[in-house]
Amino acid sequence: MSHDSMNLMIGGEAGQGLVTVGQVLAKALVKSGYHILVTQDYMSRVRGGHNTFTIRFSSQKLDSPCEGVDLLVALNQQTLDLHAGELNPDSAVVAETGFTCGQAPCLNVPYEELADKRYLNTVALGVAASLLGLERELVAQTLEAAIGKKKGDKVVEENNQALEKAFAWAQGQTHTLKPPAPAQAGEKRMMLGGNQAIALGALAAGLKFLAFYPMTPSTAIALTVISHAEQMGVVYEQAEDEIAAINMALGASYAGAPAMVCTSGGGYALMTEGVSLAGMTETPLVIAVAMRPGPATGLPTRTEQGDLLFALHGGHGEFPRAILAPGSVKQCFAAGYQALHLAEKYQTPVFILTDQFLADSLRALEPLDLSGLSPVRPGGGGAEGEDYRRYEITEGGVSPRRLPGLGPELVVADSDEHDQEGHITEDLELRVRMQDKRMAKMKGLVADTQAPEFSGPEDADTLLVSWGSSQGPVAEAARRLAEEGQSVATCHFGQVWPLAPAQFAQRFKKAGQVVVIEGNATGQFAGLLKKEAGIAAQRFIGRYDGLNLTPEYILRQLAS
Amino acid sequence: MVDIKQYGEVETAWCPGCGNFSIRKALIQALADSDLEPHQILLVSGIGQAAKTPHYLRCNCFNGLHGRSMPAATGARLANSGLKVIATSGDGCNYGEGGNHFLAALRRNVNVTMLAHDNQIYGLTKGQASPTSLEGMHTKAQPTGVHSYPFNPVAVAVSMHVGFVARGFAGEVEHLAGLIKQALAHPGLSLVDILQPCVSFNKLNTYQWYKERVYKLGEEAEHDPADWDAAIRLSYEFGERIPIGVIYTNDRPAFDSYFPVLDKGPLATQEVDYGAMQKVLDSYC
Repeated sequence: MSHDSMNLMIGGEAGQGLVTVGQVLAKALVKSGYHILVTQDYMSRVRGGHNTFTIRFSSQKLDSPCEGVDLLVALNQQTLDLHAGELNPDSAVVAETGFTCGQAPCLNVPYEELADKRYLNTVALGVAASLLGLERELVAQTLEAAIGKKKGDKVVEENNQALEKAFAWAQGQTHTLKPPAPAQAGEKRMMLGGNQAIALGALAAGLKFLAFYPMTPSTAIALTVISHAEQMGVVYEQAEDEIAAINMALGASYAGAPAMVCTSGGGYALMTEGVSLAGMTETPLVIAVAMRPGPATGLPTRTEQGDLLFALHGGHGEFPRAILAPGSVKQCFAAGYQALHLAEKYQTPVFILTDQFLADSLRALEPLDLSGLSPVRPGGGGAEGEDYRRYEITEGGVSPRRLPGLGPELVVADSDEHDQEGHITEDLELRVRMQDKRMAKMKGLVADTQAPEFSGPEDADTLLVSWGSSQGPVAEAARRLAEEGQSVATCHFGQVWPLAPAQFAQRFKKAGQVVVIEGNATGQFAGLLKKEAGIAAQRFIGRYDGLNLTPEYILRQLAS
Repeated sequence: MVDIKQYGEVETAWCPGCGNFSIRKALIQALADSDLEPHQILLVSGIGQAAKTPHYLRCNCFNGLHGRSMPAATGARLANSGLKVIATSGDGCNYGEGGNHFLAALRRNVNVTMLAHDNQIYGLTKGQASPTSLEGMHTKAQPTGVHSYPFNPVAVAVSMHVGFVARGFAGEVEHLAGLIKQALAHPGLSLVDILQPCVSFNKLNTYQWYKERVYKLGEEAEHDPADWDAAIRLSYEFGERIPIGVIYTNDRPAFDSYFPVLDKGPLATQEVDYGAMQKVLDSYC
């Protein structure tokens, strides 16, 4: 146990239902008043292999996952072989009778005596829930909601019986596990993952069109939008490829539907031609990229922050863009909302850059507040009728955007260099003016850039810098260092492009050493800081083994 | 009644004698005959000589990327079902670079009219083989002749039960205008593959070559477009004789019809329901 939190790991093969067990436990913990932070580590296969679903929970708010396991639910022997070494003092293992546990404090569950083989999952869930002190009725309700069937149904009844027997069995066992006391139980909270939050944020901004091609770990963004599409009046399509997806979204956006695509590195590679088209035609578009390790197919289900520069530079030619990099699930919601607004305001592509760790990380959230939110309102402005010009040169670079078919104005968009009306031109002097017009939007984008978030003393000996999903692990590492009496501050960038050095350069100068921490091998953000703000970090800590950053990893690297 | 003059006269970058002039003329005639005004239509194109068409008449225009006219047209139509959306591009664009999109569009059946200016050559890049070039055709890029079997868009479309499949000829403007008018009236995807001589680069499939071969279905030969077997047979007739006219029709429901939200008007004008949004958020509690 670490810092009043507990780490529960469920391990097994793909197809054993460990995600269901994990999700029900996570939800039951949230309903019981705990804060949670889930990390999912899975292999690129539907059956077999080795997957884990880890829930860190606490009565306090959690920023980051941590290492060490307090309760290990092993659905197979391999889980024990791989993770017994990670057990903390006063931990417990839930394993089937006959599994070899070695020195581990093992509770060998006689699954077959307690329930039919089909309900092995439910028994494991019941034993774990009982050890954590959760209420059986609450777990039963959560399980019932998860299997999507009603009371009285045979499957629900049998699951209930299995759960009851598991609870009864576990209560007769002795162990030294000490779950943290829950916070205010009964408080209404949401359980949400990063991908879900991006989708909900976009819907809250009035997303009306989504096209995608399935790609781990981004698919849940699309699936979340689709699951609410009818309620929210969204049109969606699984395209034939990512090229089609982005071009469909651009067609829809041109015609006035706030639009988004979601993908991962390889799919984004296919989309880049369309990103450039968005830049040239000045069509608003949100591109959510959930990163995974590359190059090429890389580690399809693991995490990395390796596509920052690719998101920044993907697409031929020069055009303005913005890149949001949310650090938490709550920030994912805000990013989904803001990205749509920014895209419309500047009529240019806006990215949301996340990664597998954050995408799949379920967290407990205070209910999201819709008050004060407003929808994107596409179109409007400019001269009427014959005099309307889609690409009228304006001071800020943003031209009046009318929508085709909604008035007598003709809206002409072109991928070729064009005149103010939108028609092809090879007038090279005009080309310069049009390029200047497009790039003039950067000034507004810089002015609207979110300032990085500082925490800790201004003149700290060490300033730990994070962007995107590394925020939580860095925040917790800094807290632990501060508890040891070290002088540490943090700075988190929730938007990584454009950078506005005026917002942070002075504060960086006051710090002793600057350490940039990110999930890649080459220090992409550290390089960007140097190029854009002239800040040369003294150290770079990277992680690129496919796993998420943890406070422990950061502390080990800092100490080495 | 809409007058063809509403569509304007503009200078083009096409070669004198190009088949695109006739296609443009037929298109404008069909639009006027369909009582469609310039602001009610959207022309989407890719890249190529044919893809410049939207710039040469007054209309809403999305001139996107090579091969990508159908996806962009699909998105625009799904955002505003009040727009009459026409994708207009060449054989290289539609069948080569956009081949995957072509197949997907045939399956998807969105209410878009697809005009394929099929000149069996790449014109804009000065005379390389296209997916529909006949075997044996010599070009600078294929000095020993084209060795790949030509793509047959009409046969592929009929085989996939596309709701409206026609073949037109740029040398028969009035006939072509009639086909485009029928295509515009079709509620799902409509394909008009248009045989188009390229006077600069295709020395094989010339006006003369086509004129000797084409014959009109319904006028010079009986054909029931509802007869799929007959349509399949006709779609493979491309040699001594080439049929032009409506090859195949059916009434398969359009993709658009599966989204009731589209009946409420353009998505851009539909309010966001924050009550519904609150319920969505509550479902995660």
